[in-house]
Amino acid sequence: MEMPKPNPEILLKKARIVSRLQEALYDGAVIHDEAETRAYECDALSAYRCPPLCAVLPSSTEEVSAILKICHEEGVPVVPRGSGTSLAGGALPTADAVILGVARLNAVLETDYPNRFIRVQTGRTNLSVTGAVETDGFFYAPDPSSQLACAIAGNIAMNSGGAHCLKYGVTTNNLLGVTMVLMDGTVVEVGGAHMDAGGIDLLGVICGSEGQLGVVTEATLRILPKPEGARPVLIGYDSNEVAGECVSDIIKAGVLPVAIEFMDRPCIEATEAFAHAGYPMCEALLIIEVEGSPAEIDEQLALIKEIARRHNPVELREAQDADEAARIWLGRKSAFGAMGQINDYMCLDGTIPVSALPYVLRRIGEMSREYGLGVGNVFHAGDGNMHPLILYDANKPGDLELCEAFGADILKLCVEVGGCLTGEHGVGIEKRDLMVVQFTPEDLEAQMRVKDVFDPDWLLNPAKVFPLASSATRRAATGVAA
Amino acid sequence: MIRPASEEDLAGVVAGAKGPLSIQGGGTRGFADNAEGERLTTSGITGITLYEPGALTLVARAGTPVEEIRERLARDNQRLPFEPMDHRALLGTTGEPTIGGVVAANISGPRRVMVGAARDYALGLRFVDGRGMVIRNGGRVMKNVTGYDLVKLLSGSYGTLGILTEVSLKVLPKVAASATIVLGGLSDDRAVAAMAAALGSPFEVSGAAHDPGTGETLLRLEGFDESVRYRSERLAELLKPFAPSRMESDADVVAKLWAAIRDVTAFAGKEGDVWRLSVKPSDAPDLVGRSGAKQSLYDWGGGLVWLRCDDGTDLRARLAAFAGHATLIRANAQTRRGLGIFQPEPAPLARISAGLRAQFDPRGILNPGMMG
Repeated sequence: MEMPKPNPEILLKKARIVSRLQEALYDGAVIHDEAETRAYECDALSAYRCPPLCAVLPSSTEEVSAILKICHEEGVPVVPRGSGTSLAGGALPTADAVILGVARLNAVLETDYPNRFIRVQTGRTNLSVTGAVETDGFFYAPDPSSQLACAIAGNIAMNSGGAHCLKYGVTTNNLLGVTMVLMDGTVVEVGGAHMDAGGIDLLGVICGSEGQLGVVTEATLRILPKPEGARPVLIGYDSNEVAGECVSDIIKAGVLPVAIEFMDRPCIEATEAFAHAGYPMCEALLIIEVEGSPAEIDEQLALIKEIARRHNPVELREAQDADEAARIWLGRKSAFGAMGQINDYMCLDGTIPVSALPYVLRRIGEMSREYGLGVGNVFHAGDGNMHPLILYDANKPGDLELCEAFGADILKLCVEVGGCLTGEHGVGIEKRDLMVVQFTPEDLEAQMRVKDVFDPDWLLNPAKVFPLASSATRRAATGVAA
Repeated sequence: MIRPASEEDLAGVVAGAKGPLSIQGGGTRGFADNAEGERLTTSGITGITLYEPGALTLVARAGTPVEEIRERLARDNQRLPFEPMDHRALLGTTGEPTIGGVVAANISGPRRVMVGAARDYALGLRFVDGRGMVIRNGGRVMKNVTGYDLVKLLSGSYGTLGILTEVSLKVLPKVAASATIVLGGLSDDRAVAAMAAALGSPFEVSGAAHDPGTGETLLRLEGFDESVRYRSERLAELLKPFAPSRMESDADVVAKLWAAIRDVTAFAGKEGDVWRLSVKPSDAPDLVGRSGAKQSLYDWGGGLVWLRCDDGTDLRARLAAFAGHATLIRANAQTRRGLGIFQPEPAPLARISAGLRAQFDPRGILNPGMMG
């Protein structure tokens, strides 16, 4: 993956930049020692690494503002970082960039049940937002797999989803307002506890802008009353096509489950060997969860089971108690870990129209044979968000490149059938150069014009989202990392 | 009136425009009246181009009538979940509301409080910017974080960043049953508290409105028969401390009740200016008290307040600083010009909005002056 060459002038003035940052911040908030900056050299896309110029860990919005003001004056790029769990390289530094980590900004600022929102600092982890309200019967809906570790800041940057977004939507649908610091240090309040924008919906474009428009330090999030209960059912089929049809029929019947998860045979085998969840050995496995009171759950599951039976399942198992529900989810939740036991893997994130599911799975199988690399599929079937896991050997020369080429072909296929490159992980550096597959130069130009307004010098999170060739003129014009 | 028949025609019109354009869909929401320029309508760019019920997705050209979409969805037992308002009764307009207008103005109804707004169901769109370039963003799939979300940026931008030509929407199944719990005689304060209690319960309230005119507070439940019955009983129990309630479960009656809330028909045909407030729900009663309005209506549990005021009232001055915003929906041309349609933004945000308009419409020809 090509990254811009670091600006030698910035590298030369490192001492001055560090000392200016140290003056502005509390002791220990600036990390500049080479051994220590290595902790920030990558995120969860660990195939790519580059230690930053330095890292700063501010404790308040005011400090974030001071940092950005200094970096703006010095012309230094800034890479915002939540918890560093991005699978797309969204927080990958360049050697001339300052990493701005929000980890110390983790307080709950306000909890308001009558108006159903919580205001938090964005370094707080996703799961701990729910943790702050669950004893009072509320929860925060978006639930990315990394929710134990990932920060709200990163969720907002990537517009993160999760398993339950078929019903509750993704981050953008649950975000009411932000406090954001612009690259020149200006602090802006966008949105709030009210439900819609009073002018142009800036919040809508800030969410999902991968940290390239500003640094979000506080967020007002919608919280929801917890449902009375939830129950999953597990359904096995001997073909992917039939499982796909079953999903489509359930949705058409008017049931809206909170989650419909799909695993194919390679994935079932791997997780079964790893987690012993008691899954049937079959071609396709669905885990469908519904919510509500016991009566509502019975009503919805009865309909789902009736539809499932029409397609002749090889297995149909409804959780009878909490233990069985946990066992049904156990395999799914450990799927990535299980695949990691077998091999190194790359996790893709393309989304496709649900109707294209059988065709896409068949093509992925064919490509897997052509490339000679194994692939397992585990994904959110209700919304078409695929997660093919391509297996490779990191120690084998050329295997990573082969895997990346295979991955690119799968993502091109997703776009070809009417889908997109990334459903919830974000573009980062990983899918940056594939953007031209999905967008025309005019489409990309329109997006880059938004960045021109928020960050005219193109200093925030450099080399992400847009192909380097597309952003070359702009980067050259501002004299930053050509 | 310019009425292009295709996206290509429209792009040509915009590229060759010599002066400002005042953009509308069906012209039912009155927004085009607020911008100077030659009238342009997208009502000639019509047609549902894709509908996949199993994928909960519908794609339609911007000028497609909302009614046509509603009917098409109904045939497969689906609907637009965000329940867009029809402005015709309130504004005394005629014509056919279009789906492009709904998205361009981010028009949502009572169900917004539970399921989200029009912008939350817009998956993708195509538009013509102020240069006459055709731009596409988003797509037709439910989860898509590929590049910046211009879909949200354009939703609710009232044509000032670009003219929509096609929208792709997430739709949802229709429900089997609906019911409404009606509480009587609550003060505005108590009504908002009752609505907060209902919306904070696990019973999935899909509408929460209060009409001080009738003194009735309405709470809607939707879903499968058994489930609606169960939840309405539990909810009525929960609300007992507020007031005795009655239950409305006839589908037609329930639909009419909520159509009236959605379309603010209580204000229709009555004189005065109409304002729309978007606020923190618990702030609403105090703001209504300060407004001096002749009539008010609470929706979204109090998060949305409709006010009917004397002609020319500067409501924003009267309310002073508050969290949220006030939009002028109905007034004469002089008042609209004098007070502005939209709440002025704080300086840094106004600068960003103006910067975006300059980027997408460098000649300033798309609904100039409408949003600042």
